[in-house]
Amino acid sequence: MAEIDTAWLTAVDRIVAAHADQPGALLPILHAVQKELGFIPPEVVGRIAEGLNLSRADVHGVISFYHYFRTHRPGKHVVQLCRAEACQAWQGQATEAHAKQCLGVDYHGTTADGDFTLEAVYCLGNCAAGPSAMIDDKLYGRVTPERLEQLLAQHRRQS
Amino acid sequence: MSVRVHVSRDAAALALGAEETAAALLRAAAAAGESIELVRTGSRGMVWLEPLVEVTVGNERIGYGPVQAHEVEALVREGLLKGGAHPKRLGVVDKLPYLASQQRLTFSRVGLIDPLDVDQYQQHEGYAGLTRALSLSGADIVKQVTDSGLRGRGGAAFPTGIKWKTVLDQQAEQKYIVCNADEGDSGTFSDRMLMEGDPFCLIEGMTIAGLAVGATQGYIYLRVEYPHAEIALRAAIATARQRGMLGRNVLGSGRSFELDVRMGAGAYICGEETSLLESLEGKRAEVRFRPPLPAIKGLFGRPTVINNVITFASLPIILARGAEFYRDYGMGRSRGTLPFQLAGNIRHGGLVERAFGLTLRELLYDYGGGSASGRPIRAVQVGGPLGAYVPESQFDTPLDYEAFTGIGALVGHGGIVAFDDTVDMARMARYAMEFCAAESCGKCTPCRIGSTRGVEVIDRIIAGQQREANLALLTDLCDTMQYGSLCGLGGMTPFPVVSAMKHFPEDFSRKG
Repeated sequence: MAEIDTAWLTAVDRIVAAHADQPGALLPILHAVQKELGFIPPEVVGRIAEGLNLSRADVHGVISFYHYFRTHRPGKHVVQLCRAEACQAWQGQATEAHAKQCLGVDYHGTTADGDFTLEAVYCLGNCAAGPSAMIDDKLYGRVTPERLEQLLAQHRRQS
Repeated sequence: MSVRVHVSRDAAALALGAEETAAALLRAAAAAGESIELVRTGSRGMVWLEPLVEVTVGNERIGYGPVQAHEVEALVREGLLKGGAHPKRLGVVDKLPYLASQQRLTFSRVGLIDPLDVDQYQQHEGYAGLTRALSLSGADIVKQVTDSGLRGRGGAAFPTGIKWKTVLDQQAEQKYIVCNADEGDSGTFSDRMLMEGDPFCLIEGMTIAGLAVGATQGYIYLRVEYPHAEIALRAAIATARQRGMLGRNVLGSGRSFELDVRMGAGAYICGEETSLLESLEGKRAEVRFRPPLPAIKGLFGRPTVINNVITFASLPIILARGAEFYRDYGMGRSRGTLPFQLAGNIRHGGLVERAFGLTLRELLYDYGGGSASGRPIRAVQVGGPLGAYVPESQFDTPLDYEAFTGIGALVGHGGIVAFDDTVDMARMARYAMEFCAAESCGKCTPCRIGSTRGVEVIDRIIAGQQREANLALLTDLCDTMQYGSLCGLGGMTPFPVVSAMKHFPEDFSRKG
C-alpha cells in the first residue's frame, strides 16, 4: 500500500506543478488526477491542497460537490445510463431496471467481479435516439434491454 | 477520379454506428477497386437517418440511410458510389423536405463541411463576420448585436446587446468572455452538434464578443459528458491559433484574443451562470447572489460576458450580413431563428432550425412525424427539465418567448421532448423534484429542502394518502420554491410539477 501511495503522490505532484499557474486550477487538476489514477484517492487530497495553498476541506468540498469525481476505484468499465426525461420518454426505465438486474448492483455500485461500475447520468445529448448509454468513453443510442445485454457481454469479453 | 463520400462523426451518428459504417465504406471501396475520398462531417440533424452516407454525384450529394456497416458491401456493389437506385436511397439530401424547409442561419455549415477544415469554413462565409467586426468600434459591434434583436439562447432570452453594453461600459484591466457550454437540459443537443459540427463558428463568435467589449481572454466551459465536442474544440482552437485567428494578433489586426476549454464535472447547476463562474474559479459551484451582475463582477471578479453556445454562434452571420438581415426573421420580440431539437418519443427526431413563430404542432407532426411508438402524443416538455409540460390543447401555440410565457411555459433552449399516452405525469412530476434534489447546489433552503419534501409529498399523493391535503401542500410548496429560491433550478422546478398537476389531474388521482 505504501508503495502505491508514493506512486500516487508522485503523479499528483507532477499534475499540480503542470497546472498550478493557471487561474482556477483545481478542477483541471482533479480531472487530470482522475484520468490518470481512475479516481481521486482520499490520500492525495492533502497533497493537492498543499500545492494550491488551499485547505483540505476546500479540496474535499469541491470533490464531493461534483458527481463526476469519484473517490473509489471503479470497475474495469464504467457504464453510464441516462435517466433524463427524453430517455424516459422512450423506455429508458426498462433499460435501467435491466442493467441493475443483469449487473446485480444499484447506481454507484461495482460488480463483485470488478468488471463494471454502474452510474446514472442526466443527459448525454443523444436525446433523439434514446435510451442512451455511455460505456467508458463510447456513446451508444437506442440501448434497449437486449442491446444493453449484448454490449455488456462484449465488454466482459474484453476484460 | 475519386468519389467524395460524406459520413458524420457527430456523437449521435457515432452512437448509431457511423464509425463502423465509415470503416466498412473504405474496405468495400478498396475491395471493389474504387477510389473514394471519405469526408467526416457534422450531422445534418436527421438523427433517424444516421448513419447517413452522402455520395457526391455532379454538384449534388445523394443520401443513403440509415446505413449500418453490414449493409455497406452490398450497397457499394449495387452502385452506391454512383448514386444508384436502392431502397435506402433518399435522394438529394438538400432537397429532403425536412432540410429544405428549414432556415439554417446558425447551422448553415453543420453537416456540410469537415468541421476541422478552416479553409472550408472560410469558403462558406466563415470569418466574414469577424473581418467586418474588425472594421467597427466596440460600440458599433454592440449596436449591431442590439439591433439584430438577438436574445440569449441558453434559455433566459435576455437581450444580448444590453448585456454586452454593460460589459463594454466597465473600466477594467481584464475582462472575460465565457461560453456556457454546460448543455445539461434533457432533450437538448444543439450546442453539442454545433461544437462538433462547426467549432470555428463558436470560436469566431467569441472572438467578435471579445473585440466588442474589450476582452482578451475567453473560456468555454464544456460539460464532461461531451467528449467528442472537447476533441473538436481543442483541435479547432489549435488550428485557429496556428493560423492567426486567435492569439496576439487576430487576423493581423494587432488585437489579442485567447481561448481555452475548461471541463465541467457532471453538475447540472453549472448551467446557471454564476455557479458556472464559481466552477471556473475552481470552487464548489454554488450560485452567487445577484447583484452584482456577472457583467460587472463576473469571473475572478472582473466584468464578464457569459452567453450560451448558440448565442455566440449566431454572431458571425449577424456581423457578416448585418443586423437587419437577422432581425427580419422571427415574430414579436423573438427575432431570428432558433435551432429546435426534437427528442424523446418522436419518429423523426433531430435538429430543426427555423425562425420563431412556427407552432409546436408543426414541429411535432410536420417535422417529427408524430410519436415513434405510433401512439398519440399526450404531453410535451419544452425547454428542458425546468420547462412546463404542454398538453395537446396547447400545441398550436407559436414558438415565441412571450407566447410561451403566456401559457405558463417556456421556450428555453428549444428542446422538445415528446411523450405518448403511456406516460404517467405524476411520476414525471416526482422525477422533476427528484432531479432538483439531486442537482441542487444546496445554498438556498427552498431548493435544497423543498425538492426533497416535494418528492415525499408526491409519493404520498401517488399512494393515495390524504390526496386533497397533499395536493394543496404541493401547490404551496411549489409557490415557495418558485418565489423563494435563489436561482432558476429551485425557482423553475415548479413549472413541470404545476403544469403536470394542472393539465393532467387524472394522473394524480389514480387508485393507488
